[in-house]
Amino acid sequence: MTVTLMQGNAACVEGALRAGCRFFGGYPITPSSEIAELLSRRLPVVGGRFIQMEDEIASLAAVIGASVGGLKAMTATSGPGFSLMQENLGYAAAAEIPCVIVDVQRGGPSTGLPTAPSQGDVMQARWGTHGDHPIIALCPTSVAETYTLTIEAFNLSEDYRTPVILLMDEVIGHMREAFDPDRYGDIEVVDRMTTDVPPEWYFPYDETRAVPPLVSFGEGFRYHITGLLHDQAGFPTYRQDEIEPWWQRVFAKINDNLDRIFMYDEDGIEDARTIVIAYGSTARSAVHAVQLARRRRYKVGLITLKTIWPFHEALIEELAAGAHRVIVPEMNLGQLALEIERVLGRAKVRRVNRVDGELIAPRQILEAIEVA
Amino acid sequence: MKREEPEIYEYLRHKKKFPGVWCAGCGIGIVLGSIIRAIDHLHISKDDVAMISGIGCSGRMSVYVDFNTMHTTHGRALAFATGLKMARPGMHVLVVMGDGDALAIGGNHFIHAARRNIDLTAIVINNNIYGMTGGQYSPTTPQGALATTAPFRNIERPFSTCDLAMAAGASYVARSTVYHARELERLIERGMRKAGFAVIEAMSYCHTTFGKLNRTGSPVDMMRSLQENSVSLAAAAKLEDAEKKNKIIRGVLADHDLPEYTAEYAKIIEDAQAAAGSNVAAAQPERDARLASAQKRRVREEV
Repeated sequence: MTVTLMQGNAACVEGALRAGCRFFGGYPITPSSEIAELLSRRLPVVGGRFIQMEDEIASLAAVIGASVGGLKAMTATSGPGFSLMQENLGYAAAAEIPCVIVDVQRGGPSTGLPTAPSQGDVMQARWGTHGDHPIIALCPTSVAETYTLTIEAFNLSEDYRTPVILLMDEVIGHMREAFDPDRYGDIEVVDRMTTDVPPEWYFPYDETRAVPPLVSFGEGFRYHITGLLHDQAGFPTYRQDEIEPWWQRVFAKINDNLDRIFMYDEDGIEDARTIVIAYGSTARSAVHAVQLARRRRYKVGLITLKTIWPFHEALIEELAAGAHRVIVPEMNLGQLALEIERVLGRAKVRRVNRVDGELIAPRQILEAIEVA
Repeated sequence: MKREEPEIYEYLRHKKKFPGVWCAGCGIGIVLGSIIRAIDHLHISKDDVAMISGIGCSGRMSVYVDFNTMHTTHGRALAFATGLKMARPGMHVLVVMGDGDALAIGGNHFIHAARRNIDLTAIVINNNIYGMTGGQYSPTTPQGALATTAPFRNIERPFSTCDLAMAAGASYVARSTVYHARELERLIERGMRKAGFAVIEAMSYCHTTFGKLNRTGSPVDMMRSLQENSVSLAAAAKLEDAEKKNKIIRGVLADHDLPEYTAEYAKIIEDAQAAAGSNVAAAQPERDARLASAQKRRVREEV
């Protein structure tokens, strides 16, 4: 391929195909529908399968079923559909089924502001489903990064046997930029883990392994999967001595690998008096704001988060240790700011928020830098 | 004298998972026996069978059988099964649900699986009540019956599982009862042979909730009433409409040869690959332009 002018949603599709996605189950919703439309055409060409389900609940259910059948699988939606997916997102986390859920965020709550940009699903991505559970959520800031982070989302979902959320927003989904996938030809693709143990020794939830391999249905292993808390063999249990190791393992598999999972860029934070922490399309305004501020001789640094969940507390604490102020611009009323305030203390953090369906302008962030 | 191990044990996780959770006298075990005998008659490898279940008493069935088993979320078993079947079209996928599971919370998935005619064998165990949660009224609770959430009487009209399946386009629809275990087994076997969406309604009962509230007696009494209140399709043909009204009609209610979803999708894969290999490259820019203009139109309409 050569350089083309590509939309973020189309780059997501290219990334998914490159990552080996062979199943898509989804339901139409703006601003994510291009992902479904493009995959309905592209998947059968590579021997994959596409289905438009009756709703978003069924969409994620079908994705999980296909993943258990051995296909790398994904769905794509926006806020209202993401709300419906929470039930089976919890199932995928509990049963440890790899899958990718793309949420191209739009203004909420409810039907909200279709389809103006928003970052209102940050906390829904973390805590939308009931019960404590590990989760990974990634936020691209450009068309090219949508491509690379989609591949990364599939890789992380296979590496850690977990649902991974790609949290885009309407701007990233619909924006067009020059893009050449060949520039990213060396990105590694992680395949589904296999096992060399015979079926009678196979434990789909082996507590001695951080991430036990998931063998596909139909390969002669005949095991059980459930959303109930389960023992190593996958059967429901109420025994504390079986439940406790399960909790420890599913959180450890993420928390012990924070350095691999938590991706970010940093720019000029060493001697910065003020640091801006941004993600998604807001990070683009932050880049501009930081440039303007530096011209005015403010010492400003920028941390752009690619991974927002899990949140790497220790790293953020370390990176922001020398800063006097931390500015968190978000197209919500301060969702990731809650997390940053928790880590760095409320006194240090200034929020810049906007929820009227318009992007945060560089000027707004610049003003915050100037008064900081 | 050494007792021989029953053949059914071959298909059960019998050393690990019994006794089960179901109340003594429950009809679900009879449905399980019928399913296993049907599979045994088909001579298919256990590795090629998946049982997907929902939530409720029936949802627990998947734990007990030695197949590829998945206990899913409430009402969603058919949607999970749809994804699995598309990934593994050669697999025999059985879906076991209760009446609340299949027709209330899962009603949308039920009609759309039937409409697509995807090759799943859906077994709906109908006990006319939510048993596991303690006897609340379900979409098949008769009008006038009592339930823990209908303490005066149920005023909602019940669904007919089979009428709904037929209207939604299932290629095979059959009904029997847990009293007629052998007949049930034959109907399930025929459903599994069918290439398409097959629904088998197994009429059962819940003596611990519905039975207690409505004073319908012991499991034996409720089993007897399934015998007395049901007629075969052939016998029903001879009855007047008024006589048929409250009868459970047993037998194959629909059996059509219709295009099956995964087989149709396999043709899509063939067509898409053939097109990709020939002149599609030339037509691609034009198609992309059409798609882009359609997208522009849609955005304008929303604004």
